[in-house]
Amino acid sequence: MKNLINYTLHLADNALILGHRNSEWTGHGPILEQDIAISNIALDLIGQARNFYQYAAQLINYSTHQPINTATEDTLAYLRNTNEFKNCLLVEQTNGDWAKTILRQFFFSAYQFYLYQQLQNSNDETLAAIAEKSLKEVTYHLRWSSEWVIRLGDGTEESHSKMIKAIDDLWMFTGEIFEAASYEKIAAGKGFRIDVSLIKNNWLQKVKDIFDEATLGVPQNSSMRSGGKEGKHTKLLGNIFNEMQFMQRTYPNCDW
Amino acid sequence: MIQPENITAEKIWKLLEQVADPEVPVVSVIDLGIIRDINIIDDQVEVIITPTYSGCPAMDMIKMNIRMILLQNAIQHIKITTALSPAWTTDWMSEQGKEKLKAFGIAPPTIKQQVCRTALFHDEEAIQCPKCNSYNTRLISQFGSTACKALYQCNDCCEPFDYFKCH
Repeated sequence: MKNLINYTLHLADNALILGHRNSEWTGHGPILEQDIAISNIALDLIGQARNFYQYAAQLINYSTHQPINTATEDTLAYLRNTNEFKNCLLVEQTNGDWAKTILRQFFFSAYQFYLYQQLQNSNDETLAAIAEKSLKEVTYHLRWSSEWVIRLGDGTEESHSKMIKAIDDLWMFTGEIFEAASYEKIAAGKGFRIDVSLIKNNWLQKVKDIFDEATLGVPQNSSMRSGGKEGKHTKLLGNIFNEMQFMQRTYPNCDW
Repeated sequence: MIQPENITAEKIWKLLEQVADPEVPVVSVIDLGIIRDINIIDDQVEVIITPTYSGCPAMDMIKMNIRMILLQNAIQHIKITTALSPAWTTDWMSEQGKEKLKAFGIAPPTIKQQVCRTALFHDEEAIQCPKCNSYNTRLISQFGSTACKALYQCNDCCEPFDYFKCH
């Protein structure tokens, strides 16, 4: 049960943190249509996070035999500390410029696409249902972000160099996605039917295909950073919490 | 008013025709195809709904409006259950709903296979302009004013319009 809870929280945290990062673009997008696009993607991700948190809360309340529902989607999102969050480091990275945001979204959407394809066949009915629902949304995210990687990579000299800078900034965080955390290993063994190495192969192929078309090179042999999935985060997550959790911590149970 | 002993699923379906989508008020929750089932056990009414998009902010309001209309009709024991699987698809939208959308100025979803794919920079499918009926239109953005819509413009009459994208 504990591993299932941790695995569900990991899925939720990934979606919430990237959703929050994307929402920082709302009102600041490079043009109106793309401002709306990134805000829509933020909304989809936060919606997915809510579904996972609701399930995690249900599991936590059940396993701790609480008479009342102490854990809720809100307590899990707003009242846990950085060391309890299980998102990968990639999603907490700053937005930077449009190229960096696009690349972060592309890396993550490609991962989510192959992950949810497998998760929808999981023997855990709730996780399977959330994955099936979310996959339709992620298909749009992946197409949108892939097109932008190509547009910028194979665009002007300036946009190309910004994509190269974005790859330099973000590639080191991609390894962690495929390094199974303890709860992932156990969860996989319990019949979630998640094959991380297959996801990795599909992901790498996708990145190669899109980078080829975008006239960008895939980095070789770079050292990777990890720890986020086990609660060891960069200070950036704390910066996000200063804003995201401020209201609930300052005015507990506030509602609007 | 429905007397408790006279509650039938058929009457509930009829009542829910009055619950509109808060974002697109011309279509009802029945037209959208998000009501999956209605179960009546004694005097308890259970309405099973399927969300359109995971983060659709209209869903909470829709749940509240369903509850309101049932309460107004003297149904007190109400349970609203969310079912995620099978996932909602625009194929479940009623023909009547699609016509209402078009009359409202929103191009209704076309059949699913035309757009739900991962191919990049795909040839834009022919979406009909809800104003002048021309098929000579172009995609402005895959993401529109709400999660369920894309933004198009008509090349003939220049009308910008929302397209209720297939899902």
